[in-house]
Amino acid sequence: MSNTVIPLQRRKFAQTTRQDGWWIQPLAIFLGLSAFIVYANWAAFQGEHYHWGPYLSPFYSPELFGDSPHSMFGARPSWLPAWVSPALLILWAPAGFRLTCYYYRGAYYKSFWGDPPACAVGELRNGYRGENKLPLIMQNLHRYFLYLALIFLLVLAYDAWKGMWFKDAVTGEVSFGVGIGTLVLITNVCLLGGYTLGCHSLRHLVGGRLDEMSNSPVCQKAYSCVSCFNARHMLFAWLSLVWVAFSDVYIRLCSMGVLSDWRLF
Amino acid sequence: MATATFRIWRGNKEGGKFQDYTTEVSEGMVVLDAVLRIQAEKANDLAVRWNCKAGKCGSCSAEINGIPKLMCMTRLSELSLDLPVIIEPMQSFPSIKDLVTDVSWNFEVKKKIKKFSPRKADASDGTWRMAQNDVNRVQEFRKCIECFLCQNVCHVLRDHHLHNEFIGPRFFVYSANLEMNPLDTQDRLEQLKDTQGIGYCNITKCCTKVCPESITITDNAIIPLKERVADEFYDPLKKLIRLFRKKK
Repeated sequence: MSNTVIPLQRRKFAQTTRQDGWWIQPLAIFLGLSAFIVYANWAAFQGEHYHWGPYLSPFYSPELFGDSPHSMFGARPSWLPAWVSPALLILWAPAGFRLTCYYYRGAYYKSFWGDPPACAVGELRNGYRGENKLPLIMQNLHRYFLYLALIFLLVLAYDAWKGMWFKDAVTGEVSFGVGIGTLVLITNVCLLGGYTLGCHSLRHLVGGRLDEMSNSPVCQKAYSCVSCFNARHMLFAWLSLVWVAFSDVYIRLCSMGVLSDWRLF
Repeated sequence: MATATFRIWRGNKEGGKFQDYTTEVSEGMVVLDAVLRIQAEKANDLAVRWNCKAGKCGSCSAEINGIPKLMCMTRLSELSLDLPVIIEPMQSFPSIKDLVTDVSWNFEVKKKIKKFSPRKADASDGTWRMAQNDVNRVQEFRKCIECFLCQNVCHVLRDHHLHNEFIGPRFFVYSANLEMNPLDTQDRLEQLKDTQGIGYCNITKCCTKVCPESITITDNAIIPLKERVADEFYDPLKKLIRLFRKKK
């Protein structure tokens, strides 16, 4: 690299000649993400009201150990501390996927760290290491969280399927049906699918890594499909984030008896 | 005829100040028209670099109301003329005079990027064969007019002045164009990681927002390069696979 000294003046924090409302977007992102983090943490530590009928809250899926009928490996083991809810056992994976996601990285670097607060607006800190050193160099492991997120997507699709099979409380007979909760879970998996399948790492994995995609028509097709979702990555990131919290709220309210699930058929 | 006030930065590398100029404006004018009118009528010594007035030469890059833009492509009708229109030079490069900055650092950086090195010719007449689909991906990068607005808005250069460790979005686009070219045989990943500072990019997408050619710089050039660097240097599983392949 060139070792020329570039004589430049450093602008102060938030110094800019921009006349538009540059602070609105970072503030909205800060509030939106903060609200989600607070709610998700609260919901994850509750350990109750996370399932109702055939529905399981996406915050608790897959339920590895637990007392609900959705539990994969039976009741919670005695060695597990009481404060560890089934959500805490699994939420690190989708949280890691979003935390290392290229879209969210850009968003929270701006909104939470002011690095920069907005384009062409002065920064708070003098020093800057970027994603070159620990801990942010770990963002390069996004692809591993993607692999886990793809498994979660299958699990949530299965949850949506299970949400179509209602057990009669009197006869114990299981019958097909669709309730509002079923639609909530189907929408959830569709939006999460839109978000996960538009991942930049997936785009690289399915074809972006190749210089001559034309040699592999399957990769080329997959690349163009993922690119299509990728162009709307921010949209799906927000829609899926809001909907996953809404799904938990809906099932929680049904379980608490505040709402009654309306069975469409 | 209507008038508007333009607050133009006047000065050089020693310093300077904003000065207000009021001039007549009419329908269809762009910021560069107003600046040239001010230069002709009120400030003959005003330095401004321009050439094609068609958004293709990338000479008239500046900051208009704080946002990096080409002066020739910014219509006055897009701006509120109730307040003075602030015009200042790019902030990531040293000032020469008024709106003109010294962008020569960019040309030095470009020289250090490994050049295009094609594979052996595909046909006996010394020509190559490429599929249109493979060409399409890199074609976007070739739209770059080297206006350096992306370099100007990038906070790594603009606020942290890491010119000696980071090549900036323009040259990630240039590297992506070479790196993804189906004919090219060079490997630029180590250079990108070690000396060109791709790890400094924190995906603010400001470069994409200001690009007058609408190149999707972050999503199509920088992130794919970051993923290739991750493949090569940060993926333990791939490292393991490479190790076993080498042993065989």
